[in-house]
Amino acid sequence: MSIYVPNTDREQQEMLEACGFQSFDDLYALIPEELKRKEALDIPEGKPEMEVRQLLQEMAGKNRVYASVFRGAGAYRHFIPAIVGSVTGKEEFRTAYTPYQAEISQGLLQSIFEYQTDICELTGLAASNAGVYDGATAAAEACEMCRDRKRSKALVSASVDPKILSVVRTYAFGRDAEVVLIPERDGVTDLDALQGMLDDATACVLIQQPNYYGCEENAARTAEIAHSAGAKLIMSCNPIALAVMKTPGECGADIAVGEGQPLGMPLQFGGPYLGFMAADEKMTRRLPGRIVGETTDMNGERCYVLTMQAREQHIRREKAGSNICSNEALCALTAAVYLAAMGPEGLRSVALSCHANAHYLRNALSQAGLRPLHDRPFFHEFVTQADRAELVPEILQALDREGILGGLDLGEGRMLWCATEMNRRASMDKAAQIVKEVLCR
Amino acid sequence: MKLIFERSVPGRKTEYIPLPDVPCPEPEFERRGTKLRLPELSEVQVDRHYTELAGETRGVNGGFYPLGSCTMKYNPPMAEVCAALPGFADVHPLQTDESIQGCLEVMDMTERILAEITGMDAMTLQPAAGAHGEFTGLLLIKAFHRSRGDTLRRKILVPDSAHGTNPASAAMAGFEVVNIPSDSRGYVDLEELKKRLGPDTAGLMLTNPNTVGLFDPQISEITRAVHEAGGLNYYDGANLNAIMGIVRPGDMGFDVVHVNLHKTFATPHGGGGPGSGPVGCKAFLSDFLPGFRVRGEKELKRENAASRIGDVRSFGGNFTVVVKALAYLLSIGREGVPRTASNAVLNANYLMHRLRDVYPMAFDQTCMHEFVITLEKLREETGVSAMDIAKTLIDYGMHPPTMYCPLIVHEALMVEPTETESRETLDAAADAFRDALEQARLHPEEGHLRPLTTRIRRPDEVRAARKPVIRYDFGD
Repeated sequence: MSIYVPNTDREQQEMLEACGFQSFDDLYALIPEELKRKEALDIPEGKPEMEVRQLLQEMAGKNRVYASVFRGAGAYRHFIPAIVGSVTGKEEFRTAYTPYQAEISQGLLQSIFEYQTDICELTGLAASNAGVYDGATAAAEACEMCRDRKRSKALVSASVDPKILSVVRTYAFGRDAEVVLIPERDGVTDLDALQGMLDDATACVLIQQPNYYGCEENAARTAEIAHSAGAKLIMSCNPIALAVMKTPGECGADIAVGEGQPLGMPLQFGGPYLGFMAADEKMTRRLPGRIVGETTDMNGERCYVLTMQAREQHIRREKAGSNICSNEALCALTAAVYLAAMGPEGLRSVALSCHANAHYLRNALSQAGLRPLHDRPFFHEFVTQADRAELVPEILQALDREGILGGLDLGEGRMLWCATEMNRRASMDKAAQIVKEVLCR
Repeated sequence: MKLIFERSVPGRKTEYIPLPDVPCPEPEFERRGTKLRLPELSEVQVDRHYTELAGETRGVNGGFYPLGSCTMKYNPPMAEVCAALPGFADVHPLQTDESIQGCLEVMDMTERILAEITGMDAMTLQPAAGAHGEFTGLLLIKAFHRSRGDTLRRKILVPDSAHGTNPASAAMAGFEVVNIPSDSRGYVDLEELKKRLGPDTAGLMLTNPNTVGLFDPQISEITRAVHEAGGLNYYDGANLNAIMGIVRPGDMGFDVVHVNLHKTFATPHGGGGPGSGPVGCKAFLSDFLPGFRVRGEKELKRENAASRIGDVRSFGGNFTVVVKALAYLLSIGREGVPRTASNAVLNANYLMHRLRDVYPMAFDQTCMHEFVITLEKLREETGVSAMDIAKTLIDYGMHPPTMYCPLIVHEALMVEPTETESRETLDAAADAFRDALEQARLHPEEGHLRPLTTRIRRPDEVRAARKPVIRYDFGD
């Protein structure tokens, strides 16, 4: 057993006696006897590090790691430069608490300030917070930002990732607020339908860019429609796509959010990830969570502090806009290091490489007999349609046997595929060949 | 220190990915027109920049960090190694159940251990932090009352000493917050609690030991009173480190709990996150739990209960944080859990004992894992505040304790040493605390200028908040 208590039994006894206690029982004298646990907990006994690591290694070995991944749908496998892990593994960043003591936290505070700047640059908006739990909670928090007494309804496009929708609904259940689905038409938000759905109670419209099916939404038009009814536009964006696509700022969005995982975080079975959030200047003070600001110290030196804390739970308690306290700081640092390593040119290359590979894959699959479902501009994801729904599991199993994770089964013969810079021509040709063989059977 | 943008030189870069080996069509979607001003740096510069920033950041593995209520214990590197195994790190969350048996085994085992420690019947690992767990737990309470058609229960009772997330979470879950005063001993004022209970009571949120570091011995009476009024009891696991393996929330009458893996179970705080806030509940609430449940014996699978409250984030939670917590739990094991708790309590009492003759304690009695100093008198006599003392401690190489928390104690310093500190560290800290006090009395005016040894001293927070500068100005 490794227990990480440095003091020996003898030292512990001496310390007890120094405080005037006989034994450990004296420390818990106030706990009523009948509540105290009499028998040992029914959990495994302690083990030395060697055994613990062997056990965990064994469990990790029961998972399948694919050589080729063509699945995204909210979690993306990208290349992560070694420098990213090397920086984020530094003990100071990894084991620090929230930087409330500014004098001994300037490094962490400055890194968050730089992260906020990166997010503003990506989204084209004025203000960013230090991040929230993930892309879905970022969208849910953004809906909260838009709500007030008169307007509480959120209109969410049916072409938004269902996982985001589920979280938006859960948060709305908390606030007793309404969430209404805007129908999708030909793979994108039905803007004619949206026009008829807006009313005085609508707080916001939420769309995804590129959307769940990979298609480009007409975000600028959506912003106009939302604004004409006094509602805000929230865009949930892929951060890699932001290097090349029209920004939320250029589209007229009021808030941009998204899943930051593609910026240097491994897939790790769903988390930890990072929710990024940026807003128009007018909404800065409605942003939830931590924000770092620049100021000067008593000697006039430039420095950084957590700021605008009057928004937050530890000051405002039940009147706070959000309860968020712990966030995903180390993931925000990961994103910042990834972006610094890549630079503007590198990030654009990643985006264009994803785009090129996805277009190649779609063509290859199409020639193999899986036809594309939508005819719209897309980034790195797209949907295919098989003639019969039963073909989908057959395709996936055949790919699986070759160490390839195929597209996500959306039901009714539809599959959602993704390609990133990690996929090379040979692996895409191979996947298409396997699909062809299944379809020709 | 220079900002990373100030180190940027146009054209500098490192190539990390090859050019595509497929044709590159011109994108059809609308392109961004604004320049993307990310820094342009060589990798050496990136490395050195962050090394410099790390030099002005303080982690618990580098030194004593007695932040009250934050449980800053040592974070074993062994857990990091386990979490980084490719079998965990490179697994897509939307793979088939059959291909992620190891992940499900990690989740199942962790859920079972946490349920046993807390005395609950079922757990979810989906919440990403403590406050996220509170929100989740309160939604379970809401869903329970709703399922019985009981729509009148709109109030959540919260002690006035509670952490700010408690009332904030209650508000997010749509409840009205009713404050319960503490009595002169620092416990829940039972009579005042009973006065506020009624047919509108949805539940009570409580930490025990509470935020002043005391175990409330009336706990069974408190939870019984809430149950008799038809409400449910929520246990905030912020202070679980003091009592795990000694007494269980489930045996104290609690129906829902959250635990903080990043406090009690030694996963790193990461400068503010990621954490993980698993929620446990009694069987009658288990069908409301969010996310998927792990089911099955040999072949594990994910299942969604029909009456679940939905999802509180995407996928199954901060999975690799869970891996780290499991690695820690398997290390300390059955015997280590209560020994960890009792040593956390011993260390707090030892440090308090070494300070109590000079520092006034808010509640001078045997404490649990933390204790609260009140410097109201020092401030009156010398003008030196709790913040001044905290900043002075920085000059002694220590991370200061938590300041001004809980709000019910004036000029509060909340000290939580945790079990991972040695006697000599505690002795050195006690000497620093005592010397800091002496310096404050000798040179009170200097107290306001502390720390004297850091590059940055006393940032102007008012200016930061009044005219917010929250991003770099590229000057164009």
